[in-house]
Amino acid sequence: MQALHRKLLRDLTGLKGQVAAIAVVIAAGVMTLMIAVTSLDAIRLSMERFYSSHQLADVWTSVTRAPDVLAERLQAIPGINQIETRVVAPVRLEVPGYPDPIRGQILSIPDGRQPGLNRLALRAGSLPDSGRGDQVVVSEPFAEAHGLQPGDELKVIIRGRFERLRISGTALSPEFVYQVGPNDLLPDYERYAVLWMNRRALANAFGMGGAFNNLTVSLQSGVGVDGVIERLDQILAPYGGIGAHGRDELMSHRMLSEEITQLKVMAVVLPTVFLGVSGFLLSVLMGRIIQTQRQQIAVLKAFGYRDGELAGHYALLTALIVAIGVTLGIVLGLWAGEAMAALYAEYFRFPETVTRLQARVVVLAIVVSGLSAGFGTFRAVARAVRLPPAEAMRPPSPEDFRPGWFERSRVGQRLAQTTRIILRNLDRHRFKSAMTVCGIALSTSLLVLGSYQFNAIQHMIDQQYRKVLRMDTHLSFIEPTSQSVLAELKAMSGVLHAEGYRQVPVRLVNGHLSERNAILGLPERAELRGLIDRDANPIYMPDEGLFMTRFLAEQLGLRPGDPVVVETLEGARRQVELVLAGVVDEPLGLSAYMRIEPLNTLMREGPAVSGVWLMTDPEARTALYDRLWEAPRIASIGLIAEAEDGLRGYMEDTVLTLMAILLLLAGSITFALVYNNARIAFAERERELATLRVLGFPRAQVSWVLVGEILLLTLLAIPLGWLFGTLFSWLLSLAFSMDMLRVPFHITHQTYAFAAAGVLVASALSVILIARRLRELDMVAALKGVE
Amino acid sequence: MKQSVFQAEALTKVYHMGEVAIHALRGVDLELYEGELVVMLGASGSGKSTLLNIMGGLDVATDGKLRYRDQELSRAGEAELTRFRREHVGFVFQFYNLIPSLTARENVAIATDIATDPMRPEEALELVGLDDRLDHFPSQLSGGEQQRVAIARAIAKRPMVLMCDEPTGALDSKTGIRVLEVIEHINRELNTTTAIITHNEVIGQMADRVIRLSDGKVSDIHVNDRRVAPAELAW
Repeated sequence: MQALHRKLLRDLTGLKGQVAAIAVVIAAGVMTLMIAVTSLDAIRLSMERFYSSHQLADVWTSVTRAPDVLAERLQAIPGINQIETRVVAPVRLEVPGYPDPIRGQILSIPDGRQPGLNRLALRAGSLPDSGRGDQVVVSEPFAEAHGLQPGDELKVIIRGRFERLRISGTALSPEFVYQVGPNDLLPDYERYAVLWMNRRALANAFGMGGAFNNLTVSLQSGVGVDGVIERLDQILAPYGGIGAHGRDELMSHRMLSEEITQLKVMAVVLPTVFLGVSGFLLSVLMGRIIQTQRQQIAVLKAFGYRDGELAGHYALLTALIVAIGVTLGIVLGLWAGEAMAALYAEYFRFPETVTRLQARVVVLAIVVSGLSAGFGTFRAVARAVRLPPAEAMRPPSPEDFRPGWFERSRVGQRLAQTTRIILRNLDRHRFKSAMTVCGIALSTSLLVLGSYQFNAIQHMIDQQYRKVLRMDTHLSFIEPTSQSVLAELKAMSGVLHAEGYRQVPVRLVNGHLSERNAILGLPERAELRGLIDRDANPIYMPDEGLFMTRFLAEQLGLRPGDPVVVETLEGARRQVELVLAGVVDEPLGLSAYMRIEPLNTLMREGPAVSGVWLMTDPEARTALYDRLWEAPRIASIGLIAEAEDGLRGYMEDTVLTLMAILLLLAGSITFALVYNNARIAFAERERELATLRVLGFPRAQVSWVLVGEILLLTLLAIPLGWLFGTLFSWLLSLAFSMDMLRVPFHITHQTYAFAAAGVLVASALSVILIARRLRELDMVAALKGVE
Repeated sequence: MKQSVFQAEALTKVYHMGEVAIHALRGVDLELYEGELVVMLGASGSGKSTLLNIMGGLDVATDGKLRYRDQELSRAGEAELTRFRREHVGFVFQFYNLIPSLTARENVAIATDIATDPMRPEEALELVGLDDRLDHFPSQLSGGEQQRVAIARAIAKRPMVLMCDEPTGALDSKTGIRVLEVIEHINRELNTTTAIITHNEVIGQMADRVIRLSDGKVSDIHVNDRRVAPAELAW
């Protein structure tokens, strides 16, 4: 092996602390990229594979009841490839030994065989036998949540009638990758079930003999959804059709798309920030490491090494460090990415989760790290070889120092000699100092960014459950019910307060823009359901006009005062024009709001409610729920506290896990940077510090020259880091604004304090590590040796 | 008459240090001959290091002419100077300038790796009497040993010219004499034209010629009747 290569390896081992630190910086950048891309890729690939292998439909629609013979007419609609009629029924079920009420829906499959569309991925057991009416397939997560297996029995209430059903198998469906009940945001596998049974048996039980109430359709390739939906709606309107929709409004797919969008944003924003920061730090660090080798470079030049050979040597050094960092980043990133994908798999159920290492991501990671490290190396090597070797070998000639304005000031004149050295050094090396300050500021900003997400998400959930959803129980009825039910409920023991609401599914239209949503009719001065503005202050609705979530209004291109067309999708379908009276800023979900009385009028009905919100006495709650559950009109009982816990759990599992990893990486980057800076500063100043010792300065004072500089730079960097971090957080909050959740831009003092503390701890650790070297500072050797 | 190796005519060198112009050389005329050993004496700032650096191709003159055999060094570009150093010159520095991360053998190899007809590093280290210290790192060697490694590194490529800038400056007299013996031995064995810079008048006695510089000019050239062996020197 050539001696120069040997030097390379020895340098790598000799600089192991710094090499490790730099590798961590690179690895952190690469890891963010890998995590985001791997989990994004896993979800997207698994979804695409599941959809195509199990024939997810393109269009869905529900009707009150339509005869089977209609299917032939529908099949003739141009553009339709395959049509599948089915019966779908809401059910309540009981699992032996489980106390809470369970809701669900049961879907029909052709007698004893797989449907043509939305085929089931059987996980255990088999489909119901042909002709059997007592067998059922249940969704796998539900079965897992209750420890159910093929052969076990369930009690199911369909249309008020008890049925004993035996589980023939468990399955996953592309329709229910994200399995949530209506009105829910998150899956609750214990309390919400999806079941499949033979068509004839279900039709008999649900009173749908010779008819269907649900239709799914696949399209010929290249055919647009809109035309088909329009034809379907025309044909099905007389049968109580409430409007067909495409995949975009399928709850499961919608949540999946949201998650994919969110991951896409993360896969762009976070790695950009992290790789950008780590690239910058890398270039600064490599530059300074090479700066410390300037005498060696001069010696090699004196012996006739060409500039190109030296550049190659240092390029190789850089390449090796980058290789170590990138490899570390890829390995850790893949591992963490797969772990993240596994977490997502708790919420998004695929038959198989596909992960793969993407070559383009690896290439991107190598290119970004390589370029930024290469840039720093190149600059430093170019500077080092530019000097004539004779000059480079001498210790650098004393630099041109001048007292700055601060020193000439009254305070400045009282400064200790060592403090003066610090100030003059920073002033003399303005560029280098600025780079260091920028570097520390950037790593501070990463700490702000990571911690911001934690606080913002907690803040978002707090707002949703303290200011918006103030009830503890949410009842929904099977169909709109007279408001007199309120008095009945209020009279029940354990009910402290009750408010009724009306919810009507609608299509909101503004010109060519339209959204399917629902209008929530609220009583005057609702106490259990708040509407809040941007600053979380309550909004009280006037008698007239429509309110909607700001995000929804923006998607429809509406401003307060604009007219909006409302098409009701329940009962007799009507079209009216209302005025957007204002927008509300709730962090979760999308909805439109108006007062309940005008909504009843709009629906041409008496005072009716779709459901009721309750405030209940915790002591009497269990007994109350038992009694409520026996009431046949109640479709569901939602426990708000459980929903909140579920949401917090989901956020912790997904976004916050990722953020915790990022925070850890940000911490490592911060430490790596500060430590490296301290090490290099020590190397650059060893002679000077030894000289001060020789002159009789006590160790503490000499240490101050170095420690004071590190401290001063860190203190200068912190406010700048806050600024950068605030900017990054703001960008992330913009990027995170979407359908189901909008993370508010909310940075607390704690976030800033946390970031500052993180950097100061990193500095303190670095100082402690350097202090050992300061203690062992060999005066004689430092002054004699030129290396 | 010996063949002339270096010919310098009216060499000048001006450094700019901030706003001050420093005239390090103010017109040096000098010839060095093949195989001779010269000692250059002079006070600090007399220009001797500058002259040595320019002759060794480490630096370029501001004005004047410098020839090495048929080569016009004063007009040479960066690449040509690099080749000149690589093929013809060995350097020994006052502070040794060894690469701390390489062993004695490897420090020599770093020079032989890029030479056309070098000795083996072991051979060069044997010439300086360090064949038992091959795998020691600089930090494990004494000052004198480090300087001898530096000499081995300089001579391993069998250079035509050996430039020594204060080779004994950082050493005690006993070690210094040992180092001078090595240099003298190399000069004699390999017929390498050797220039030694020193403050130390005594060292002049081992030279063929003693060249004195003061204030950027050659002030005196003295030819010794005989070279005194380094072992007989004392300071």
